[in-house]
Amino acid sequence: MAIRMKPGEQRRSDRTFRWVAASCASVVLLLIAAFFVRLVLSCRLSLGQFGWRFLITSDWDPGNGNFGALSSLYGTLVSTAIAMVIAVPLSLAIALFLVELAPPTLRRVTGTAIELLAAVPSIIFGMWGFFVFAPFMARHVEPILGKSLGFLPLFHGPPMGIGMLTAGIILALMILPYISAVMRDVFQMVPAVVKESAYGMGATTWEVTRKITMRYGIRGLVGACFLGLGRAVGETMAVTFVIGNNFDISPSLFAGGNTIASTLANEFNEASEPMHLSALVELGLILFVVSFILQVFAHLWLKSLTRKMGAGL
Amino acid sequence: MQSTERSTTDGRMIQHAINRRRLLRMEHLKASTPESDPVRAAPDPPPASKTPPKVSVRNLNFYYGKNQALADNSIDIAANQVTAIIGPSGCGKSTHIRIYNRIFELYRDQRAEGAVLLDGENILGPEVDVIELRRKVGMIFQKPTPFPLSIFENVAYGLRMHYRMSRNELSGRVEAALRQAALWDEVKDLLDRPGMALSGGQQQRLCIARAVAVEPEVILMDEPTAAIDPIATAKIEDLIEELEEKYTIVIVTHNMQQAARISDFTAFFYQGRIVEFGPTEMIFTKPKMKQTEDYVTGRFG
Amino acid sequence: MIPRAAAGRKVTDRLVMVVSACAALLGILALAWILLVVLQKGAAAINWEFFFHRTLPTGAPDGGVGNAILGSALLVALAVVIGVPIGLMVGVYLAEFGRDTRLGTAVRFSANVMMGIPSIIVGLFVYTLLVMPMHTYSGWAGAVALAILMLPVIARTTEDMLQLVPNTLRESALALGASRRKVTFQIVFRAAKVGLLTGVLLAIARISGETAPLLFTALNSPYWPTTLNSSVANLPVTIFNYALSPYEDWVRIAWGASLLITAGVLALNISSRIILRRGSHE
Repeated sequence: MAIRMKPGEQRRSDRTFRWVAASCASVVLLLIAAFFVRLVLSCRLSLGQFGWRFLITSDWDPGNGNFGALSSLYGTLVSTAIAMVIAVPLSLAIALFLVELAPPTLRRVTGTAIELLAAVPSIIFGMWGFFVFAPFMARHVEPILGKSLGFLPLFHGPPMGIGMLTAGIILALMILPYISAVMRDVFQMVPAVVKESAYGMGATTWEVTRKITMRYGIRGLVGACFLGLGRAVGETMAVTFVIGNNFDISPSLFAGGNTIASTLANEFNEASEPMHLSALVELGLILFVVSFILQVFAHLWLKSLTRKMGAGL
Repeated sequence: MQSTERSTTDGRMIQHAINRRRLLRMEHLKASTPESDPVRAAPDPPPASKTPPKVSVRNLNFYYGKNQALADNSIDIAANQVTAIIGPSGCGKSTHIRIYNRIFELYRDQRAEGAVLLDGENILGPEVDVIELRRKVGMIFQKPTPFPLSIFENVAYGLRMHYRMSRNELSGRVEAALRQAALWDEVKDLLDRPGMALSGGQQQRLCIARAVAVEPEVILMDEPTAAIDPIATAKIEDLIEELEEKYTIVIVTHNMQQAARISDFTAFFYQGRIVEFGPTEMIFTKPKMKQTEDYVTGRFG
Repeated sequence: MIPRAAAGRKVTDRLVMVVSACAALLGILALAWILLVVLQKGAAAINWEFFFHRTLPTGAPDGGVGNAILGSALLVALAVVIGVPIGLMVGVYLAEFGRDTRLGTAVRFSANVMMGIPSIIVGLFVYTLLVMPMHTYSGWAGAVALAILMLPVIARTTEDMLQLVPNTLRESALALGASRRKVTFQIVFRAAKVGLLTGVLLAIARISGETAPLLFTALNSPYWPTTLNSSVANLPVTIFNYALSPYEDWVRIAWGASLLITAGVLALNISSRIILRRGSHE
């Protein structure tokens, strides 16, 4: 009636289980290494041909085999910058609202709405952006900006709707949920006793937030921004729809442009020349490296934050 | 040997518990040895040296990483008796009994040195069948831990794992285990309900049923009633006194009244060492070490 | 000492409250705007043909996205089959064995970083890995790309959910003589099953709407998906192709497909939310 495993068998089965789990875990590490290796290998051609000039040339001429990443880099930079300028203060305000100000039902509704915003796929943002929001910008927003602030080179040129500004705004909407989620966590990490002491001295909500909460959690807030930044640089479909696929570098926000991701999306499947393909892969490599560094930095930063906060509690 | 002063409420309760224990033991002796006359003098506890100890610990040392948590523990746990382990928080009580079923091996940096003999065999040896050891030595935890299974499946879990048997036999053994845990009447119509739906006290008795189902020889209890309400606690204490007839029970408790109520032997731990060990009555009325006396009279801890 | 005017401080406070409420409102309005637009424009495209006919060249009447729906379902299902078991095991390692090990720390960190890698790069990677050597776009490549996207999400949510299970439950099962494998799969998984399911559902929701990883792997196809060895029709890339075309009927269908994807993703999100709430009440 009794069935028993021999002592060695049990220990071996446990060891095997642990080994299988560890191997799967190692797959994650292998994947990241593989990313680097394969991408670098696949753009050997253009790496060799252009070297560092790739980063500072703005020609993008598939016909003649001349490629330079500058306009894509510029577009990525500008659209991301616009997105951050809009999203960071908004996220801060929303996080503040959710943690300190909102009554419970409103908190749930707003919180859910923001989380659902994160769930909407990029291509849906693209559809909405291209067919509804860009025309809206062209008809109602950009003309006003052009008339009132047109003396700035930022707002020169015809209000097309499609362009950097629109792309930046849509990007902001897309990274908003991620930044505000982390900021919300940071606000909640501040121990209640600390806040209560401040309130107890007669401080207003804003004063507690500014002097206590934000100072306590400034590292986390910065980390949240880096996370959002990391996401913004890689955003593809929404940006592809509304940025215009233009390789000129222009200081105006109304002008079209391109980002690394949008160029990849638009051109990769049409590219047939090996040099063209290689240049595109090289663009992808740049994007990967930038995004990777941002992510690593953000997570290291946030990790040291929890360690610090933990010690202080 | 002077009698200790009992001016505190604690002290009075402990004395009360000891008196009750004396009474119970008298009854027990009356029932088993009709010729003796137990009324005359305070009965002596059953002599421990007659039967060999169930568990024999020799020079046990235990380490969490570089910190030594237990130093030179040596103790004999008598068979079919309840041995209580008392002491202030952090003194190593739980750590000590967790060696008896080698549950500490779940954690990488914990290690034990020395000998823990179960029926003469050192369970810390490398050739020991840990699975069988854990069948023989059951464990009940402070917070009840019903598995996310039905009541029936909870009790059947160990049975299915260690034995092969027909469905009928399984049902029979599950019922027997639940009866032993004094839970059968309360759950016999609810066997398919989740174990977690029971009350705290019932969950703990379910854990006890689960443990006795596989016919262990020793049952370790780590503060089993710390998270249970007083009425359920009383039920479980009665249960422990019944279980003592079939199993050897080692119970860690920080509740001295409980130790006095239900245990035959008591070990007093302090800072990882066994300060004193002996029959419960002795420990509480005539302790040999001053530390023990200070602890049981509530002067510290 | 001169007291600062309480009135001024209160005004600032009030102002900040209004500003943050407006920010929250902005977020809600943006979501509402997008959803309403998708609903309105997409509803016009929904009809029988939409679901059951395959994609046809422009001008051909009664075109639909039936093949794309089927193709997307196939790709997602295959991605789940590939990605979920591995992701679960990674989560098991992180929660059960790797809490303090160097491998555990490295993997946890890498999984976090991987979650932020742009999905188009994942598509590019799988292209160089599978499409180039095989000289063809394929459903396999598409599914692998989606699985790579799922992997870190499932690994981290699994780890978080398993860590919530108290150690005493593991010890109870071990104390009865169970092996680590049995403890993990029979007891710990059961205890965490609601959370694990939610993690998987959310990961599925995330990959269902992804376009970029499929652009270079499964591409798109006008035919019913009969094989995975070549390009496979799917909804997101169909939307991409149709939306930017100059054909009105295609644009209409693109909106219909957008509605379908949005509805599916939101449904998965909301149902996992409900499951989580119902599960934690037991």
